[in-house]
Amino acid sequence: MIYRIEVRDKKNIYDAVGEGVKKDIAELGIRGVKHVRFIQVYFLEGCLKRTAIPHIARMLLADPVTQEFSCFKPFSHEGGTCHIVEVGYNPGVMDPVEASALKALGDLNIPGVDSVRTARKFLIRGDVEESTVRFMSEKLLYNKVIQHIVIGRSHSAKIIPPYRFKLRTVNLSGAGDEELMRLSKTGQLFLNLDEMKAIKGYFSKAGKDPTDCELESIAQTWSEHCKHKTFRGDVDYKGKTIRNLLKSTVMKVTKDLDKKWCVSVFKDNAGVITFDDRFDVCFKVETHNHPSAIEPYGGAGTGIGGVIRDPLGTGLGAKPIMNTDVFCFGPPDTPLNKVPKGTLHPKRVMKGVVGGVRDYGNRMGIPTTNGAVLFDERYIGNPLVYCGNVGILPKNMTSKRVDPGDLVVVVGGRTGRDGIHGATFSSGELTEESETVSGQAVQIGNAITEKKVTDTILQARDAGLYKAITDCGAGGLSSAVGEMGEETGAEIYLDRVPLKYKGLSYTEIWISEAQERMVLAVHPRKVKRLLEVFEAENVEATVIGRFTGTGRLNLFYEKHPVADLSMDFLHNGGPDVKRKAVWKKPLYKEPHKPCPKDLTPYLARILSSWNVASKEWVIRQYDHEVQGGSVLKPLQGIDCDGPGDACVIRPVLDSERGIAVSNGINFLYGLIDPYWMAASCIDEAIRQIIAVGGDIERIALLDNFCWGNTDKPDVLGALVRSSLACYDIAKAYKVPFISGKDSLNNEFRTAKGTIQIPATLLISAIGIIGDVTRTVSMDFKDAGNFIYAAGATGAAMGGSHYWKILGYTGNAVPTVDPLRARRYMKKLTRAIGRGMVRSCHDCSEGGIGVALSEMAFAGGIGADISLQRVVQKGRIRRDDILLFSESNSRFIIEVPKGKRQAFERIMEGEPIALIGETKRSSRVRVEGMDGSIVVDAALSELKAAWQKPFGNW
Amino acid sequence: MNIRGKVKVLVLRTAGTNCDKETAFAFEQAGARSDLVHINRLIRKERTLLDYHILALPGGFSYGDDIASGKILANEIRFKLLGPLMRFIKAGRIVIGICNGFQVLVKAGILPNLSGGFNHIEATLSLNDSAKFEDRWVYLKPESSDPRSRNNNCIWTRDLSPVIYLPVAHAEGKFIPKDSATLKKLEQQGQITFRYSGKDGEKPSYPFNPNGSVGDIAGMCDPTGRVFGLMPHPERHIRHTQHPFWTRIPGRSEGDGMKIFRNGVEFIRKV
Repeated sequence: MIYRIEVRDKKNIYDAVGEGVKKDIAELGIRGVKHVRFIQVYFLEGCLKRTAIPHIARMLLADPVTQEFSCFKPFSHEGGTCHIVEVGYNPGVMDPVEASALKALGDLNIPGVDSVRTARKFLIRGDVEESTVRFMSEKLLYNKVIQHIVIGRSHSAKIIPPYRFKLRTVNLSGAGDEELMRLSKTGQLFLNLDEMKAIKGYFSKAGKDPTDCELESIAQTWSEHCKHKTFRGDVDYKGKTIRNLLKSTVMKVTKDLDKKWCVSVFKDNAGVITFDDRFDVCFKVETHNHPSAIEPYGGAGTGIGGVIRDPLGTGLGAKPIMNTDVFCFGPPDTPLNKVPKGTLHPKRVMKGVVGGVRDYGNRMGIPTTNGAVLFDERYIGNPLVYCGNVGILPKNMTSKRVDPGDLVVVVGGRTGRDGIHGATFSSGELTEESETVSGQAVQIGNAITEKKVTDTILQARDAGLYKAITDCGAGGLSSAVGEMGEETGAEIYLDRVPLKYKGLSYTEIWISEAQERMVLAVHPRKVKRLLEVFEAENVEATVIGRFTGTGRLNLFYEKHPVADLSMDFLHNGGPDVKRKAVWKKPLYKEPHKPCPKDLTPYLARILSSWNVASKEWVIRQYDHEVQGGSVLKPLQGIDCDGPGDACVIRPVLDSERGIAVSNGINFLYGLIDPYWMAASCIDEAIRQIIAVGGDIERIALLDNFCWGNTDKPDVLGALVRSSLACYDIAKAYKVPFISGKDSLNNEFRTAKGTIQIPATLLISAIGIIGDVTRTVSMDFKDAGNFIYAAGATGAAMGGSHYWKILGYTGNAVPTVDPLRARRYMKKLTRAIGRGMVRSCHDCSEGGIGVALSEMAFAGGIGADISLQRVVQKGRIRRDDILLFSESNSRFIIEVPKGKRQAFERIMEGEPIALIGETKRSSRVRVEGMDGSIVVDAALSELKAAWQKPFGNW
Repeated sequence: MNIRGKVKVLVLRTAGTNCDKETAFAFEQAGARSDLVHINRLIRKERTLLDYHILALPGGFSYGDDIASGKILANEIRFKLLGPLMRFIKAGRIVIGICNGFQVLVKAGILPNLSGGFNHIEATLSLNDSAKFEDRWVYLKPESSDPRSRNNNCIWTRDLSPVIYLPVAHAEGKFIPKDSATLKKLEQQGQITFRYSGKDGEKPSYPFNPNGSVGDIAGMCDPTGRVFGLMPHPERHIRHTQHPFWTRIPGRSEGDGMKIFRNGVEFIRKV
């Protein structure tokens, strides 16, 4: 029996949800909606007394002060035309409320409820057609990938049919090339012909056809997502073969530099460096692009949930202490008719992604303290969602060990049909049909399950109850067990895996990417104590098999063998990939415009551009202070709204030691030259840590490449060029990479052709800060201090925001001189450490003009500067170029007058210039080369321009 | 009360608790000893509430804040721990609920507990007017510092500055009393401890009142003054470097929230 309960706010209570939806409807351009009312619906299924229902509503579901409820039937609603939209989850999609609700019913001592489902119901009043209601529902209220709507009447929850075992095999032996490719495509395996042939060869030698489960295991293990076959393959470039691009560039930096404080690099789920003599810290950034494209909220939530499990699965498990998130979306003001079919509007994508990261990250109790949001038309069909996490673990906890005889224990969430084919799906391209075909690849997270898992894993770790751990990420159990048992072999009994609901086949169990699960290798003697640790806090943990010594992967379902594969073939049987790469410098139009006399309006326009504008709307929704260690927050200055550089946290509350985290990303440069894009991203990430007082000797980097289809030689050529820059620049800066990730095939296919994302490299940096009380923020502190600019300003305006607002890309992209910059960065660190610097900000998008404005309005302090003394690279005659050039390795620095000599002594011989003074005037004034005023604006004016784009979201 | 050795704090944990460690740390800075204890251990009687002097319900998202923030934990306490908790309070021990902990105390009827019977739910904390989670710093006026209002007897908020600065980080912090009589009684009995305020103590509008709370109410105590809850996070402002613009402020004074923890510990010591 299914019982329906509706809950709504009482009449006199402000319905914040309904009002929010009403505002969103108006933003869609739909008029005539007068009123939206929100109703929460619960479906309780089970065998229980009818009288229990009102009791449950009263005691649990409705707030006694602000809400009222209706049992068994919907509220009757009186008066006027009223459209009813009810949004429920599709069968098989986890309802995050269910587990908590069942627990609460247990506390109420009400047995007999088997399942709890929820739905959201909206009453829409006003003069609108049903077709309009359908349209707005699709745009705002639900996502058909995971939800469905009923308009005008109420519905009840659907039920999934049970599963009966039947072994399925795939006929490869008789398949020709065409048939092999068809099988790859229809099975969503995303394998190429060489790979399909290799698989066919393996099974014909074994004298059998593969089971679906075997084939899926191979497809997942060989997927681009898991294996990085492009990055680790061979590339023909400029007449030479580069063997293993990753090893010969990014990883080689680390090998060459051989830093003692790099504890574990490029082998575990995250890169590990030394924090102090008690702890190490680890850092990982992942992407979750394709799921976020089709279901932004769930995709981004599981993106952050997934990357949190990386540190948790690093070494013997690290405690997650910080999140960072970087997104690339289509412009939020994209007209509806410019959004391709099968694609969500960029604003909806952005709101969903931010909401997903917010709800998951906040519930995990991890501060989200760093990030960036960028916009470009080419991200409309394929947004980028980078999620990162830093973890901390006690020293000597970085090695794992799996021995034959160890038990395989799965911990955490139950397995469902969610997230099937995620690894292979993310390795293919997105198309108009992706949202229907690959809907199953999208998952909804349940942060509380992951929080419970984290709490208990760390207890089990400290008690020494397991020997190895990894997360169930892309590829699910298949990937986790496959990796852990690579050396030993493993046997798994799939029917022992706890399920969310009946109806899953053995293959679905094996490859499901249901969230919040970890896999442990446990010595049989310790398993009882281990299970007790989890049981004590209501976390499910189950022995599902053991590691053997056979070197084979054996899977069973109800005693039937369903897979028998050699681990060696699984991991090493894939054919080598060899690809061709070319790169040709593109040619763009250059602006030929004289320098305007008044640069103030241009400065305001850059401040108002989507990329530069204040992201406070995003940042405030993240808890950036939980765990109590925040030191430099993402929003800074007298009104807590200025844009900080690196964030600084103190992970160990009784120590003054800290970590700083920053990111560098600039796809506009990549359009011109991916080499200098990579160089600039590295520079930006490093200089942001230097700006807060970090030390270049203790910075480590992560790379995250989001690229288009690397089967295309020019796309691969861009990847090669960026990788070469990663080697050259990081090596010269003496800053090692410790981990990274690549996401290829980021393109969107429409009827009119393929839209490729701009090659986008995110460089994330982590720096160890010796004494957090010595760090500086970016806001000007006092009037009457000197303003210095460090670093030379050049005329390369290609990819700059100034060119962008004028409608150009340009051709000359900023370069990096790491040897020189490293030298003065070290001196600047010393000056900050000795307390000579009151504020410091790096120059990036919008150059000196934007950096100066941000420092001034964040501090509520005016500034007068002159462009005459700015150190130039080459000879620059134009004020606009001096003010808006985005040359790398530059800083604006505030120094008290009394510290001038000491500061200049430290910085002696370096490209610094005293360019002006902070003022009590509440204005920013910039004097040009000829002494005329080129910018004169009130702080309030500049700040308003900067805050306007997201001001009314 | 017999205090031998250190004042002992039980910081209650459950699924989704996440400000437990920093809350424990704040009490330790105030000279207490704190234990993080999962609620299952209290229910299974592996630990006893009365072995402790202070009960702290920290911030977080207990049970995901599913259904409503704090509701499921509130019910769990009402149905499984109310007896021990009432004995704890009647024995003169003290309680603090921060953010989610405050939501739990209110939804369990432990605050404001106007008549002292623990059996009425007299108020709630509901979705912010902005309909979303927000992390921001707010100015708070301790009620006792306002000479026009009736001094309250909350032991946790004694001797605070006229305006203090703490962060809030919540989606459901809008305080709504059951009716105007409830609000009046709260005021008459001096149970309101904190109201949101403007920078200089003036009446706040959004975002200074970050959630639309009725009467700008940010925190309150029970009639004994020993049970206290608030939406802002005092444990996030116990040190200088937690202040959002500490780099502008010379010196290294401790954060405004520290005094609250010290008040609690000192109260127990002096009993």
